[in-house]
Amino acid sequence: MSTTDTGSGTGTVPGAQHAPGVRAVRARGYLRFFGGRLLGMVLVLLVIALISYAVFYLLPANPAQLSCGRPCTPDRLAQAETFMGYDQPWWRQFLSFLGGLVGGRTYGTGAAAIQCGAPCFGYSFRLNQPVTELILDRIPVTFSIAIGAAVLWLLIGVGTGVVSALRRGSLTDRVLMTGAVAGVSAPAYLVGLLGISLFGFTLNMVPVSGYVPLGESPVDWAWHLVLPWLVLAFLNAALYTRLTRGEMLEVMGEDYIRTARAKGLGEGRVVRHHALRNVLIPVATVFGLDLGGLLGGAVITEKVFSMQGLGALLLDAVGNLDLQVLVGVTLFSAFVIVLANFVVDLTYGLLDPRVRTRAG
Amino acid sequence: MSTISTDQVDAPSLGGRQVGRRLRADVGAVVGVVIVVAFVVVAALAPLVVRISGHDPYAYDLAALDGTGAPAGPLGGISAGHWFGVEPLTGRDLLAVVVYGARTSILVGLLATVVSVVLGVVIGLLAGYFGGWADRLLSRATDVVFGFPSLIFMIALGAIIPTWLPKSALIVVVIGFFGWPPIARVVRGQTLLLKERNYVVASRAAGAGPGHVMLRQILPNLAATIIVFATISIPGKIGAEAALSFLGVGVPPPTPAWGRSIGDAISWVQTDPMFLIFPGAALFLVTLAFNLFGDGLRDALDPRSASLRR
Repeated sequence: MSTTDTGSGTGTVPGAQHAPGVRAVRARGYLRFFGGRLLGMVLVLLVIALISYAVFYLLPANPAQLSCGRPCTPDRLAQAETFMGYDQPWWRQFLSFLGGLVGGRTYGTGAAAIQCGAPCFGYSFRLNQPVTELILDRIPVTFSIAIGAAVLWLLIGVGTGVVSALRRGSLTDRVLMTGAVAGVSAPAYLVGLLGISLFGFTLNMVPVSGYVPLGESPVDWAWHLVLPWLVLAFLNAALYTRLTRGEMLEVMGEDYIRTARAKGLGEGRVVRHHALRNVLIPVATVFGLDLGGLLGGAVITEKVFSMQGLGALLLDAVGNLDLQVLVGVTLFSAFVIVLANFVVDLTYGLLDPRVRTRAG
Repeated sequence: MSTISTDQVDAPSLGGRQVGRRLRADVGAVVGVVIVVAFVVVAALAPLVVRISGHDPYAYDLAALDGTGAPAGPLGGISAGHWFGVEPLTGRDLLAVVVYGARTSILVGLLATVVSVVLGVVIGLLAGYFGGWADRLLSRATDVVFGFPSLIFMIALGAIIPTWLPKSALIVVVIGFFGWPPIARVVRGQTLLLKERNYVVASRAAGAGPGHVMLRQILPNLAATIIVFATISIPGKIGAEAALSFLGVGVPPPTPAWGRSIGDAISWVQTDPMFLIFPGAALFLVTLAFNLFGDGLRDALDPRSASLRR
C-alpha cells in the first residue's frame, strides 16, 4: 500500500476521454490489481488464523478440563478431549479448523456426534451451539453500530475538514480544530457515559440502552442507535477532520488546482472535482487502517449502552473461559476487517488510477 | 498522525536549541508539557500525595457509605477528608485511587511505547537497509497486524493467560506489539533516504559492516523522528490500557486503573456522577496533554507540517 506520492501534481483530469483500446487495457490492469489483492488477502487471513490458533493452543488452558464436569476422572477427561479433538497435535487441529471453515466438520462419532455446518468457526461446548450461529445472532447489533458510526464519521470528518481548510485561519477553523484535538483525546466510553447521563437521564431525550432489530421497526432501530452512533462518530471524526484539513491545504496549493481555476471553473467545481478526489485517497487509506479500531470501538460502545452484540458475546466467553468462542470471534473479526480492507483497497484503485499500475 | 505524509518527510536536521524555541512559542505544546509533567510528578510521588491526603488507595471505609452502598453526603461524598469523594460500594478514597491510577496509566503507556519503538525501529531499519525480501516481509507483516482485531484479540488473550504469568507485563507487551507498524514504516522510509547519503556510502566503502552502518550512521540521524513518533503514540497506548481495564480485562484489581473506575461508574452514572467525572477527567487530560505536546513537537521538528496546521 504505497502512498508516497499523494498530491504530487499528477492528479487525473476528470472527464478525459479514452479510446476504447485504452479502456480495455485499463480494465485488464484493474483485474490484475484485483487478483493480486485477493491473493494477498487470503495469505494474510491464513497467517492470522495460524497465529491466533497457535497462541490460543500454546497457552495451557485445557478446554476439555473445563467442560468435563465434576468429578473429572482421567477417563472422562480423555473422552472429552477426544470428542473435542484436543487429543490431536496442534497442526492437525489447525487443519481440521480450516477444513471446518471451508466444508463444516463433525465433533465426536456415533450417536453423540455434533454437526457444525460450514463455515464452522468452532463449537461452544458451554452453550451447546456452533460459534458461527452465536456470531450470526450478534452481528446485526455490532454491525449496526459500526456501519452507522463509520458513515457518520466520514461525513462529519471530511465535511468539517474541508470547511476548515477552505476557511483557514477563520473563527470556524479555529473552533473546529480545537474541538478536533479534544475529540481525538476523549475516550468513547467516557463521552458515551456523559451522553447517557445528559441526554438520557437528565433530558430524557433518547433511549440509553437496548437494541431493536431493524426488521422489527426501522424507526425504533435508528432511535436506539442515535446516541451510540453520535458518540463513536464524533470522536473518530476528529481524526479525519485533522487529516482532511491537512491534505486539503496541501492539495489546494497544487498546480493543477491553479490550472483548473485558470480554465475558468467555478470554485465549487474545483473543490469537488479536483481537490476532494485527491483528498479522499489518503482518507480511504487511513479508513482502511482504522477498521480494526472501528470494531473495537463498537465493542466498547456495546458495553456502554448495554447492547448484546459481538462484544458482549466475547466478554461472556471471557467470563466462562469458552475458548472456542474466543478463538472463533477473534478469527471472525479478523476476517471482517481483512475483507473490509480489501473493499477499501479496491475503492482506492478506483479513486486513484495510478495505484493499479503499482499493484503488487 | 497522518501515516501518509511522513514517508516523505526529510530527516529533521534542526538543532536542539531551535526546536526548544519553537516548542516554547507554541502555546498548546507548553500547556501540554505542563500537564504531562504535573501528572508524571503526581504519579511518581503517589505515596507522598496519599500520605498528605491521609488515605491509602486500598483501605476500605464502609463508614463513608450510606445504606445503599452509595457514598454518604453530596457530590459523591466530597469532604475535607475525602477531597474527590469516595468509591461506591468500597468507600475507598477516590483521590488516592485516581493518583495511583495515574501510575498505572502512565507506566503502561510509556512501557508499551518502548516496546513498539524498539520493535518498529529494528524492523524498519532492517527492511529499509536490506530491502528486497526483508522489505516485502515487512509489508506483509504490516498487513497482518492491521488485519488483527487488536482489542478483541487482547480481550480473548487476557481471558486465557495462566494466572502465574504477570498480567500487567503481558498487557504492556501486547499493546506495544500492535503499535510497531507505523514506526517501522517511518523508520524504513528514512533509512531508504539515509543509506544513499555520502557519509553512509563512504563508511561502507571504508569497510563498515551493516551493523555499524545501521547503528552508528543511520540510527543517530533518526533520533528526532523516533522521539516524535514515540510521543505521538503514547496517548493511544494509554487509551488502549484504559479500554481494556474499562472492559474488565486490563490490569487486575485491586491495582487502581482509571479505565476500571470508569467501567465501574456505568452503574452509578445516575446516583454518583462524580465517580465518573474524576477518573474520566484525569484520563482525558493526560491524553489531551500528550496529544498537544506531540503535535507541538512534530511541528517544531518539521516546519512543513506546522505551516499546514496553521
